[in-house]
Amino acid sequence: MAFEKLVFYTFATILVYAATRVITVRNPVHAALHLVLAFFTCAALWMLLEAEFLAITLVLVYVGAVMVLFLFVVMMLDINLAPLREGFMKYLPVGLLVAGLMMVEMILVLRSKSFDAASMPEPLRHAADYSNTRELGSVLYTDYVYPFEIASVILVVAIIAAIALTMRKRPGTKMQNPAEQVKVRSQDRIRVLKMEAESKD
Amino acid sequence: MSETSLIDWIITGGIILAKIVVIVLPLMLGVAYLTYAERKIIGYMQLRIGPNRVGPRGWLQPIADAVKLLMKEVIVPTRSNNYLFLIAPMLAIAPALAAWAVIPFGDGLVLADVDASLLYILALTSMGVYGVLIAGWASNSKYAFLSTMRSAAQIVSYEIAMGFALVGVLMAAGSLNLGEIVEGQRGGLLHWYWLPLFPLFVIYFISGVAETNRAPFDVAEGESEIVAGFHVEYSGMAFAVFFLAEYANMILIAFLAALMFMGGWLSPFEGIPVLQPMFAWVPGLVWLAAKACLFLFFYLWFRATFPRYRYDQIMRLGWKVFIPLTIVWLVLEGAAVAGGLGPWFD
Repeated sequence: MAFEKLVFYTFATILVYAATRVITVRNPVHAALHLVLAFFTCAALWMLLEAEFLAITLVLVYVGAVMVLFLFVVMMLDINLAPLREGFMKYLPVGLLVAGLMMVEMILVLRSKSFDAASMPEPLRHAADYSNTRELGSVLYTDYVYPFEIASVILVVAIIAAIALTMRKRPGTKMQNPAEQVKVRSQDRIRVLKMEAESKD
Repeated sequence: MSETSLIDWIITGGIILAKIVVIVLPLMLGVAYLTYAERKIIGYMQLRIGPNRVGPRGWLQPIADAVKLLMKEVIVPTRSNNYLFLIAPMLAIAPALAAWAVIPFGDGLVLADVDASLLYILALTSMGVYGVLIAGWASNSKYAFLSTMRSAAQIVSYEIAMGFALVGVLMAAGSLNLGEIVEGQRGGLLHWYWLPLFPLFVIYFISGVAETNRAPFDVAEGESEIVAGFHVEYSGMAFAVFFLAEYANMILIAFLAALMFMGGWLSPFEGIPVLQPMFAWVPGLVWLAAKACLFLFFYLWFRATFPRYRYDQIMRLGWKVFIPLTIVWLVLEGAAVAGGLGPWFD
């Protein structure tokens, strides 16, 4: 039990540190990398909650795919840091207002009856052969099959919409037509001429 | 905490550490001799002899290379991001080594027998891209950055096809546990998943070649266009760590292909009257290693045979050929599983 606590506090400290750094570092690439670290330690904490499927999926989806694309964009943008700092005082009141609102909301939610420690059932400790993956699958495809299917349809629609938006015809894009490339024969590109040999004079 | 529990911890920790050493040491040796095998095999394919000067028949060549790299200076470019520049090689090698924790080398011969091991491998191999990304960005070099962009896009694209191929395997086995996937293939050569999942098997291996940035998909290195890609600014041991990670990943892909499609540690002669008892004495580890070596040979063979793909062709192959193919095969496989098509899905 003591070991579990040690692991929890280690990862929790790293998580809080990384999350703070995400909003305090100046360099956007560093911020994105700290976000990666935050996701990773978060996955470790989920692992402690015996949710290994969700933990690995978090690493797979957020660390392995979403953040890679994020970093990709941030690196390509090459953001100039100086103008970012200029508007700090101007936006401070709005920022404080939003922060205050969120704080109030969180306090309201967390102080409500349903979040009381006493009203929560004691978490069950499962045996070593308990498979979180199997449990999740069996619930997802029986009790929650409709929400699950609807969510996947929405995702497919979103994917197709995103592709349609990028693939639309717009001026200035260069696109290859592989069918035409394949159809090309050497005769179309070069012409071999037969001609008489000529002398210098 | 009581005294006994502390001792228990130390003993458990020590055993785990010893197991890690037992896995990583042969892996590093395997990496060293894979480079030697690569130079020799490609040499013979091109009618050359290859390295033959250091030690008998050149056997000590990888050791000499390692010593040379160790003695060299690690140069950090002046305008680079020092911290990230040095952390990038570590980010490349850490997932390459960590993935080995769930690889079973025999029946029950595994460091961590987790239920979601296939998912774990997929998650960790997808993290390998950070080493490349950060290395290219932190070097503050145009060549390195171009390579980073290419390789990151390539790895992300092929991961999808690879993931779909793995979905096919877990549908056939009904489990995410690599040990159970191998056990699901018991019953001889024709019961292995390469036969019912043949397109997925081919796609998996080709995606694996693309994931590890190896020829003919090595546009990330592309010597003729962008010098040496993302590690152009790295020297000495920092470069060697990238090299180690690449080869460790190659061996990992070879082992995974052997485990998931070629019956892992199961004997290929199972169910054949005379041959099965004749080869019954061969330990499973030998079969697994032999199958992995076959895939590693394919890696080298590809490199000696195929010219490098053009970048847009790589993307096209990944997105427009492999992904639709895997989806079609998954649908067919779903029908086969539902229908209980023997001998694989009954």
